[in-house]
Amino acid sequence: MSDRQSSNAYWQANLRIIWICLAIWALVSYGFGIILRPLVSGIKVGGTDLGFWFAQQGSILVFIVLIFWYAARMNRLDREHGVDE
Amino acid sequence: MDQFTLNLIVIGLSFALYIGIAIYTRAGSTSEFYAANRGVSPVMNGMATAADWMSAASFISMAGLIAFTGYDNSTYLMGWTGGYVLLALLLAPYLRKFGKFTVPEFIGDRFYSQTARIIGVICLLVISITYVIGQMTGVGVTFSRYLEVSNSTGLWIGAALVFCYAVLGGMKGITYTQVAQYVVLIIAYTIPAMFIAMQLTGHVLPQTGLFGTHDASGAKFLAKLDQVVTDLGFANYTGHHKSTLDMVLFTLALMIGTAGLPHVIIRFFTVPKVSDARASAGWALVFIALLYTVAPAVGSMARFNLTATMWPGAVTGTEAGSTFSEPAVSLEQIENAPELQWMRNWQTTGLLGWEDKNGDGLIQYYNEAGAEGAPIAEQITAQNLQGNELTTVNNDIMVLANPEIANLPGWVIAVVAAGGLAAALSTAAGLLLAISGAVSHDLIKGAINPGISEKGELFAARVSMAVSILVATILGLNPPGFAAQTVALAFGLAASSIFPVLMMGIFSKRINKQGAIWGMLAGILSTLIYIFTYKGWFFISGTNMLEDTAANWLFGISPASFGTIGALINFAVAYVVSNATEEPPVEVIELVESIRVPRGAGGAIDH
Repeated sequence: MSDRQSSNAYWQANLRIIWICLAIWALVSYGFGIILRPLVSGIKVGGTDLGFWFAQQGSILVFIVLIFWYAARMNRLDREHGVDE
Repeated sequence: MDQFTLNLIVIGLSFALYIGIAIYTRAGSTSEFYAANRGVSPVMNGMATAADWMSAASFISMAGLIAFTGYDNSTYLMGWTGGYVLLALLLAPYLRKFGKFTVPEFIGDRFYSQTARIIGVICLLVISITYVIGQMTGVGVTFSRYLEVSNSTGLWIGAALVFCYAVLGGMKGITYTQVAQYVVLIIAYTIPAMFIAMQLTGHVLPQTGLFGTHDASGAKFLAKLDQVVTDLGFANYTGHHKSTLDMVLFTLALMIGTAGLPHVIIRFFTVPKVSDARASAGWALVFIALLYTVAPAVGSMARFNLTATMWPGAVTGTEAGSTFSEPAVSLEQIENAPELQWMRNWQTTGLLGWEDKNGDGLIQYYNEAGAEGAPIAEQITAQNLQGNELTTVNNDIMVLANPEIANLPGWVIAVVAAGGLAAALSTAAGLLLAISGAVSHDLIKGAINPGISEKGELFAARVSMAVSILVATILGLNPPGFAAQTVALAFGLAASSIFPVLMMGIFSKRINKQGAIWGMLAGILSTLIYIFTYKGWFFISGTNMLEDTAANWLFGISPASFGTIGALINFAVAYVVSNATEEPPVEVIELVESIRVPRGAGGAIDH
């Protein structure tokens, strides 16, 4: 039963991390890249505005950082809960 | 040395490399054939995934799609990369822990149902076969353009090559060939882009050049491009013109479609550990981003170069209207000037065309349609224009003609040809492996003959691979009329069927057999019906019930974006049906518990 509780706590922590990552994922692409573009259009980047940069370059860079951060964070979580390989 | 010999040498060398790798990495067991014995390092797998994923569409077409639409087609850039975040977070680590060989196998085990597994196989086959037709057509076109053989000869050469390394090496051979193909295609894509970024902006990196300063006019490059295209009556490049809702839904459909493509998912079965599957998705995106961050620069710079070729006055000056400071390019120049040889080359392929409609000896390129066309009215009167005279510009020539437009040396052109072939062949091989795995492992071993020996299954896998290559080649020779529509179909199906069922299988213990089956059917059928309503039943033209225009679309949702709605329908139906029927059996709940924790993935190798 203690095994089950530990894996339950592990799973809840994993879900929390996933939600954080998905929020950032949505913010940079659907947010700054599309829906919120008019709000950040005052910030000029290289002949256009911040939203254009996020849509054509920024969101891709953020995606990469997100995946590696998630991978590193999960490796730590795996060790903390004793479920690493 | 002439261009033909150069092309022959570079393409021949790249093929020799692929075959050499295939002989060195033959597969001896089913585990090697389906999953490269789970011994591929995460970085290597990332590189192979990048080649597997980036098809002829990414290599040849995407920059052109961005070039002529600008900001609105950023959807492709975000959609085809954001799917990897979903893969890393929601699917890849858990499916790796599950430790089997195919996507339908997971569906069948998790939902304890042969029916669910067979529906999974059908989805996989439809997605992968429609996708592979496009790759084979791409191979044929590239061969005929650069090696001066007929389209069908080119296709058979390509098929023979894939046969060599895919049938012999299985996943193991394909993986290491894809690594080599990635290197070839990324070099082919970035070298011309770097030259062009240097010429226009002085930046070596296209990624910074895009947001840099245009040397000849002193303005920011994107501001300069906006000014030139609006002078000529086109919509401004950086502006937002399409429906916001449809942009969001289309991007989401591409993202969840990417995450649901079986040939991409199975690549994550090849790494040794669960933690490697997460990191590998990151590496895959790094290698994909090397091309995807160059593509918007290639698109915008190619658009600028093309426009400046047509209107030499576009190069200098920054105020509105400065494009007309010099007359348009003359017909005589296009037909004789050595630096415009590329226009004559591409005219013979039919992908570029012009016509001096008003007989003034000049070729004027502009747009008069719509609200954007208003500024050109004054020039229409002043120059007595009778309509746009650059009559044909195919999107696809933007990447392929780039080295010629920028006057780059012949070996660069040869490398671009080899890169286009690498992109198409690597994706074709990955798709063929997914198809043969579904046939030999899910249909033959899973349903028809469960007692088959490992040797027998390996033989069956090779035979089904050979048959799929044959089928793909024949379909590539006579592409069905719907070939151009297949992207919408493949992504729509992957998004509305495979992604939701896999995600629910991992993240919910309550979704049962009935929920999964009805959910998948509802997702697929709603998506198919929506696409067929506007594109024609089974893509037969004339059978569409509503005209395919934005005004007719339900809430302005285009057929290509409907995969997102199909996925939502799938989730909703699965939830309702599952809650109305009994809970899944206890051993299935234990299976879900076990795939959620990484420990023990290594042991799953010898199942």
